[in-house]
Amino acid sequence: MAETIIEVKNLHKQFGDNVILKDISISVEKGEVIVLIGPSGCGKSTFLRCLNGLEPIQGGSVTLHGEPVLYGKKSLTKIRQHIGMVFQSYDLFPHMTIAQNIALAPLKVQKRDKKEVEEETLKLLDRVGLAGKADSYPNELSGGQKQRAAIVRSLIIHPDIILLDEITAALDPEMVHEVLKVVLDLAKSGTTMMIVTHEMAFAKAVADRVIFLDGGEIVEEGTPDEFFDAPKTERAKQFLKTFTYSD
Amino acid sequence: MDLTFITQHYPLYVKAAVLTVVTGTIGIVLSAIVGLICALTRYYKIPVLRTITVIYTELSRNTPLIVQLFFLYFGLPKAGIVLSSEACGIIGLTFLGGSYMSESILSGFQSIKKAQIESAESLGLTRGQIMRYVVFPRAAAAAMPAVSANIIFLLKETSVFSAVALADLMYIAKDLIGMYSSTTESLLMLVIAYLIIILPISLLCSVLERRLRRGGA
Ligand SMILES: Nc1ncnc2c1ncn2[C@@H]1O[C@H](COP(=O)(O)OP(=O)(O)OP(=O)(O)O)[C@@H](O)[C@H]1O
Ligand SMILES: [Mg+2]
Repeated sequence: MAETIIEVKNLHKQFGDNVILKDISISVEKGEVIVLIGPSGCGKSTFLRCLNGLEPIQGGSVTLHGEPVLYGKKSLTKIRQHIGMVFQSYDLFPHMTIAQNIALAPLKVQKRDKKEVEEETLKLLDRVGLAGKADSYPNELSGGQKQRAAIVRSLIIHPDIILLDEITAALDPEMVHEVLKVVLDLAKSGTTMMIVTHEMAFAKAVADRVIFLDGGEIVEEGTPDEFFDAPKTERAKQFLKTFTYSD
Repeated sequence: MDLTFITQHYPLYVKAAVLTVVTGTIGIVLSAIVGLICALTRYYKIPVLRTITVIYTELSRNTPLIVQLFFLYFGLPKAGIVLSSEACGIIGLTFLGGSYMSESILSGFQSIKKAQIESAESLGLTRGQIMRYVVFPRAAAAAMPAVSANIIFLLKETSVFSAVALADLMYIAKDLIGMYSSTTESLLMLVIAYLIIILPISLLCSVLERRLRRGGA
């Protein structure tokens, strides 16, 4: 029996009168990689933000291991230790070195041992090809390197799931690959992830399940093969036509 | 120019300068504390306190220090509250400086992008931790130029302390001019005394600004 990490039931989200997400239900199982795709402005980022309580929701529920994710509540800081998040704009803290960025949450939030955190920091940096960058400041790194450091910063808290929101969208094309490689590697090692991306070839390679969001609803859901090669809905077909992708 | 006059009277200036520096420093430190508290109530939009802060800021910024001092020194005794000249000077300077510091510190807080705060939130940091580790260090760096300008401004403002009989530099200079008609010498010493106080502080502030900005934007 698979273990459910995140369960979303009938989620409803609006900004003022503007309904963004209607009646969305998804459950994410341990080890699963879900790719969320859809046209710009369809609410992908908003959806991810609802999952870790960065946005209030107007209906339905989000639970992590059965614990409700409640916007603005004290319990959130605890829940967030189980959810890693990486945004599009590398949001490393510019006044801290890469190692300090990475060690902040394990030391201050999880109160882990300094030595152990240092060792894991170096190990993870090495794993994403950033050995030797521990003492650099973010502005001394390229965009791709910053994004890999941001991934490490979310990995080190040992989250049950990592949410990735278009983490390559702001990168120069030649840096996209090095970041996607890290994510593919994580997927292979069984990391549970929910990924928003516009990189279709990557989506196809990494996903266990593809969810196509449009007009605030889940329009289609399936394996990458089903979705990319034989989309069932007209809207998905139209959407895929706007991408020319190669494997 | 009478050099003997200068050598004779400069100890008076030293004493007054010390008084200016001491009252000025206390007033500035208190201003920074008041400013920080006001900035926090506005940044976190704490109800009621925030409104009080806004009213205070308007009152403080839109009245001259000399009027505030007169109120403290000549007005309060009518209500039975008698304060020493020093206390009036320090309280007046703090009342004025608190609002200037508050504006500078608040804009420092506000310069930290929402995405930075959200990524700290995502890591599970509490509001206090986010302030301490993410917002404050960079807000301090961002606010430092404005805060330094306030420090210099407030030090210069101490020159109206003589109006409430505080024997500061201005007071001594006026006194000597009145007594000996030594306008040139007295004013020269006054200018030099202020320069000796303010220049090093000005320099110190710019060093601090540079140090705080380490690590880049
Ligand atoms: N804070 C906000 N206040 C009001 N409206 C918002 C807010 N954030 C997002 N929206 C609106 O919600 C809708 C969904 O935005 P969202 O950023 O989730 O889309 P997206 O699918 O991530 O788009 P993209 O692919 O361009 O990143 C948009 O119409 C956007 O204008
Ligand atoms: Mg988005």
